[in-house]
Amino acid sequence: MLAAIGQFNLIIALMLSLLLAIIPMVGYARNNTALMHTGRPLAYALFLAVLSSFLILITLFIQQDFSVTYVWQHSSLELPLRYRITATWGAHEGSILMWITIQALWIAAVARFSGALNLNQLSRVLSILGLISVGFIAFILFTSNPFERTFPAPLDGRDLNPLLQDFGMIVHPPLLYFGYVGLSVAFALSVAALIGGKIDEHWIRWSKKWTNMAWAFLTMGIILGSWWAYYELGWGGWWFWDPVENASFLPWLAGTALIHVQAVSERKNAFRGWTVLLAITAFSLSVLGTFLVRSGSITSVHSFAADPTRGLFILGLLALFAGGALILFALRADKLRSTEAVNFNSKETLLLANSLIFIVATFTVLLGTIFPMIFEAIGQKISVGAPYFGLMFFLIMIPMALLLPLAGQVHWQKDVFTVACRSLWPYASLSIIMTALVWWSVDHINVRGIVCILGAFWVFTATTGHFLKNKKTAGFIGMTIAHWGVAFFLFGMAMVEHTDTEKDVLLKPGQNIHLNGYDFEFKGVQWVNKENYRAQQGQVLVSKNNQVITTLKPQKRHYPKQQNPMTEASIYPGFTKDIYVSLGEQINNQGAWAVRIYIKPFIRWMWFGGILMLLGAVVGLFSARIKRLEQRQINQMMKEELNLL
Amino acid sequence: MNKKIIFALLPLVIFAALLLLLYINMGKHSEQLPSPLIGKPIPVFQLPTLYSQRTLSNEDFKGQVWLLNVFGSWCPSCRIEHPVLTQFAQSTDIPVIGLNWKDEFDDANRWLKQFGNPYDEILVDLDGDVAIDMGVYGAPENFIIDADGIIRYKLVGVLTTEIIKTEIIPLIEKLRL
Repeated sequence: MLAAIGQFNLIIALMLSLLLAIIPMVGYARNNTALMHTGRPLAYALFLAVLSSFLILITLFIQQDFSVTYVWQHSSLELPLRYRITATWGAHEGSILMWITIQALWIAAVARFSGALNLNQLSRVLSILGLISVGFIAFILFTSNPFERTFPAPLDGRDLNPLLQDFGMIVHPPLLYFGYVGLSVAFALSVAALIGGKIDEHWIRWSKKWTNMAWAFLTMGIILGSWWAYYELGWGGWWFWDPVENASFLPWLAGTALIHVQAVSERKNAFRGWTVLLAITAFSLSVLGTFLVRSGSITSVHSFAADPTRGLFILGLLALFAGGALILFALRADKLRSTEAVNFNSKETLLLANSLIFIVATFTVLLGTIFPMIFEAIGQKISVGAPYFGLMFFLIMIPMALLLPLAGQVHWQKDVFTVACRSLWPYASLSIIMTALVWWSVDHINVRGIVCILGAFWVFTATTGHFLKNKKTAGFIGMTIAHWGVAFFLFGMAMVEHTDTEKDVLLKPGQNIHLNGYDFEFKGVQWVNKENYRAQQGQVLVSKNNQVITTLKPQKRHYPKQQNPMTEASIYPGFTKDIYVSLGEQINNQGAWAVRIYIKPFIRWMWFGGILMLLGAVVGLFSARIKRLEQRQINQMMKEELNLL
Repeated sequence: MNKKIIFALLPLVIFAALLLLLYINMGKHSEQLPSPLIGKPIPVFQLPTLYSQRTLSNEDFKGQVWLLNVFGSWCPSCRIEHPVLTQFAQSTDIPVIGLNWKDEFDDANRWLKQFGNPYDEILVDLDGDVAIDMGVYGAPENFIIDADGIIRYKLVGVLTTEIIKTEIIPLIEKLRL
């Protein structure tokens, strides 16, 4: 019964989104205010319809209604309540429903917080967003219905994949979707502007806020994904250049380019076409990401549910959204001609360079991801792995790190590069000295690691120096925090990639091993009973200078519906290093086990860097300058309306 | 003027090419269109083994049905597939042969020590040449080869209990008749 209502609500939502896609746009074309005014209420109604459908699916999981195929496949009687709730978006159908819900939430938010747009503009934006919703709701209804029934209802479900029974997986997908979908706002704005044939700084300023927000969510989602892979997959890696990881990284890279170019185009009439193109690219890459995950074109750790029909459908959506937008762009590009000249010796040039670097990075990753396909299409085989990505990314990010401090130093409009470079000398010397110290104190660090560390110090010292000398507005503080994040990330990544220690040992109970100044004493393995699994739990006493630091308890978990055990690592997190222990397998009957011990230096600094980047994006939202300009715009609109009366 | 046209059209062209590529590729990987290698003899190879210090060639496997699993310690999906493969290897009497693809010995050894070694024998393809001959797209991949050395089945991606039950076991039964 409930499932039927859920499905019915989805059909209603499809109707509402169709209306939203058509009516305000027709209103705009005919200059009919009454039609245009339907946009807001339709947006709110759409949100309610989709939200209720999503809540119903959650309720079905809580009630263990196994007559619903999706619930039966991804839940079971033993599954704890919190994982029953999160199982809702643990697989394809539910995660698409969540995508739609978040999309509707963004649309409602756009409808609510759009004071700075006039009715004409708002109607176009809402209609475009409505059109995107139509696509995805049709996708769920026709190819991936989460409310499909099974008859007769099975007595027990098949259980949720144990890898997904975890906190990181509870929050990772929603945040990522907030980011993906958030980029659709910038996309819709660009397309709406192309339809109107005019893009001014209000537009860009307005879309900048939304881009910042989407980018912050995307950053958080990626960090959480990386963190989850680190502790849950059991072998200590934090980034694998897996196609699906790349899929989330691509929109992030394009979004980074977009944010930096928007900083120019909201100030002066330059790079407008480029801004629009980047906004289209960023969202298209989000859709492409979904395609890669769902179509089975690429095999990866994430492709739990791949299906060619779904792939074809998403490919169709991609063709419609991105293709349509790009055709429109080709037709209107000459209208977006920049009217203000840009000096070579200026911040503008460097921000343009930033966006080019990030777009090159985007396409490098994209090519690496689809390269095997290109070769396959012409009948050859090739595989691209982490070494390619690692090296290419390293090379591309060198100019990024090199130019970042300079871009901070150089002024808008007109400046002299040589003067700015001269003022950066102290920071350059300081960072070289600091890097030399690191080189001297850390063993076995290679050139690549040292270059990254130099980059980290260079970005950090110059950003800090610049920060101390200047007037602190919200936008400036946000930028500084985000750039500190870049430095922290670079440093953490260099350390963990190039100086970590991994050791596999065979340990009998009571045996000791010494590694990097730490003593690990193995206390043996015992069976323990937990919520919905039994586990063989090891005990490893970690001490330094005969002082016990912690007891780590790595597990081999046995879930009743899974044949083979899951490895759960135990981690002692630290400011400068993580100690990571996981159980291999039992070697003999005397209780000896293969144990894996990692020491991961500064790994948390990477994620901390990511958190700083997203904080920076959030702080940037409180820019007083933007608020002032927006207020002026609103006042002007009011005045115009009064004049009309 | 020319520059403007390029700026306007280039994105569209790139996108169209990408779309075409994705479309073609999707067909290739759907189950309706089997790999061109199916029904053909397994490519000639001669590879060292990981542990037993032998060199094995395609001739050594003739006269029996066997499963070849392409894996690597660097491959996240292989980690997902591993328990299913282990269970299959324990329950079947056909040889389950691993092809350790582009993997250093230390990494492969550590991986197998941690998660267990389900293979009857492991071939080492450090350069990936044999994998290229076999048309391997990405790990994991699974092949079933019959007693005459003909490839009868190929699966790109992770083996599941469902696939084993509905496709692999019936096929093995059939090939044995």
